[in-house]
Amino acid sequence: MKQFLTFVRKEFAHVLRDRKTLLILFGMPVVQILIFGFALTSEVKNSRVLIVDNANDAASQQLLTKIEASQYFEVDRSVMSPLQMEAAFREGEIKMAIVFPANFNEDLLHQNQAHVQIVTDASDPNTATSLTNYVSSIIQDYQASLNQTLSVPLRILPETRFIYNPQLKGVYNYVPGVMALVLMLVCVMMTAVSIVREKETGTMEVLLVSPFKPVLVILSKAVPYLILSLVNVGTILLMSIFVLDLPVAGNLLLLLAESTLFIITCLTLGIFISIKTSSQQVAMLISLMGMLLPTMLFSGFMFPIENMPVPLQIISNIVPSKWYYLIVKAVMIKGLGFSAIWKETLILAGMTLFLFVISLKNFKIRLA
Amino acid sequence: MTETVIKTDKLTKRFGDFIATNGITFEVHKGEIFGFLGANGAGKTTAMRMLCGLSKPSSGSAQVAGFDVYKQTEQIKRNIGYMSQKFSLYEDLTVVENIRFFGGIYGLSNADIKTKSESLLAQLGMESEAKKLVGSLPLGWKQKLSFSVAVLHRPKIVFLDEPTGGVDPVTRRQFWNLIYAAAQDGITIFVTTHYMDEAEYCNRISIMVDGKIEALDTPRALKQRYNTTTMDDVFYQLARGAKRSE
Ligand SMILES: Nc1ncnc2c1ncn2[C@@H]1O[C@H](COP(=O)(O)OP(=O)(O)OP(=O)(O)O)[C@@H](O)[C@H]1O
Ligand SMILES: [Mg+2]
Repeated sequence: MKQFLTFVRKEFAHVLRDRKTLLILFGMPVVQILIFGFALTSEVKNSRVLIVDNANDAASQQLLTKIEASQYFEVDRSVMSPLQMEAAFREGEIKMAIVFPANFNEDLLHQNQAHVQIVTDASDPNTATSLTNYVSSIIQDYQASLNQTLSVPLRILPETRFIYNPQLKGVYNYVPGVMALVLMLVCVMMTAVSIVREKETGTMEVLLVSPFKPVLVILSKAVPYLILSLVNVGTILLMSIFVLDLPVAGNLLLLLAESTLFIITCLTLGIFISIKTSSQQVAMLISLMGMLLPTMLFSGFMFPIENMPVPLQIISNIVPSKWYYLIVKAVMIKGLGFSAIWKETLILAGMTLFLFVISLKNFKIRLA
Repeated sequence: MTETVIKTDKLTKRFGDFIATNGITFEVHKGEIFGFLGANGAGKTTAMRMLCGLSKPSSGSAQVAGFDVYKQTEQIKRNIGYMSQKFSLYEDLTVVENIRFFGGIYGLSNADIKTKSESLLAQLGMESEAKKLVGSLPLGWKQKLSFSVAVLHRPKIVFLDEPTGGVDPVTRRQFWNLIYAAAQDGITIFVTTHYMDEAEYCNRISIMVDGKIEALDTPRALKQRYNTTTMDDVFYQLARGAKRSE
């Protein structure tokens, strides 16, 4: 055990000494989250919003002034037919349209409730949700201020409608995607490279001549990357909660447990690659081409799997990140429990076991 | 009465059709410096790897420190030190970290590692380099350090595969002083080299040609047998018929 700790300490020394790599490893998830996040949300600020005020009465005017006061988007007032509006959306001239019905104030006074139509271009789902949430909260504010002086509460009901991408596909999906990507990169590539490096420099031979068990050599190499990856998972979750306002909808412990499982899958994969290769370049290439690329292509976070040709859909099933991506999406975004993801978990666990067994087999052959 | 620490009988390693080490038979005695010579590709490293338990012989038998190379590699590993042909300390770790690591995986206690590393650094005159990265040291120092690390756990036998390759003559001399000191302590030295002057420093030498041991004796006896005054000449007479070369 003491020998094992000696070894793990040495591995940490390697990792911590290589400042550049360390910076990349810890910086990468932060940068990726920010890049993906801002690429998708920065447009909120300059989004053009069209207001069609068919009522033009006291209530609609008051509400409009509030909306116009916001510095977040440019507001245009104009009267447009639905057809013209559609054209404006299509041309990308507007991101959102807020339409007041002709008898807005009357409805409010006589029926105690009135509707506002909010139509949003959801081809960029992130912007769309932000915009919609923002406008809805302004409406809610206004409603609250009205109700302060009234005994019977009034209700303004926003009717939100998303066009072009009504299911808001892709919203925040990149967070689970980034998680899969980062873990894959850290665990598979770093582990593979660090083991192969010892082979390449010749230190592996010296280790194999020592009484230290070869299997422990491999295992102790995995420890630092396991810890590093858990830190990365933590970073990504904190960023998504505090920077993206995307809380973990489901059980946090479940999410962490599933992430640990995926990390172990990746580590075994890295170990397997390292056993099969003998140069760092090759190990890196295989990790990149064989693991990272499929993760981007086949996990479903960049390109929807449903739209792929059937052969590719079948291939996607052997990519571990696909299953992890599904799990994270279910737990983190949809807030589902273990009963919803047990199948994916089982598949991941099976893959890990399989990789572990063939690694062990191949490893023994090498030593003979 | 000399005790035998390495004993091989027709030890052979094949890679497919190619016979890298071809039925070598020899004995090494306790405490001696045994020179294992041969041209490039003669099969020295291959033979040494079999003796260290790194590769399985194709046929023949061998005992190292009294243990069988087929079945008792674990016990062999506990009794030997090894310095591979490639430099094999960690360049991105400091001198002290390397010593601590290798001491640690051989199961030395912390106190033991501490006293040993201090005396080791004093012996090498490297106290002021203790905290430097190994990668920043000159090659000669690295090799000396590498040797000291290989004998840190006081093995019965230490295997050195071309330990002085590419090192300047002065440092080579210092290196051999370290070897002598270790031999004085009762560590058996099994060393390969390309330098014929170094062959003279050995108690006995074997010369391998194309996978076979063609001669084995003291340097003096070999020179007499081949009727010459230099080891260089002995080596040349034996090796000129060699088919393998790099
Ligand atoms: N794993 C292997 N597979 C196939 N051939 C090998 C293998 N290892 C070594 N050889 C061949 O066996 C022969 C002996 O190699 P070895 O490394 O033992 O020579 P050497 O005497 O140590 O030479 P050098 O002085 O260059 O270190 C060489 O021709 C080499 O190409
Ligand atoms: Mg060699």
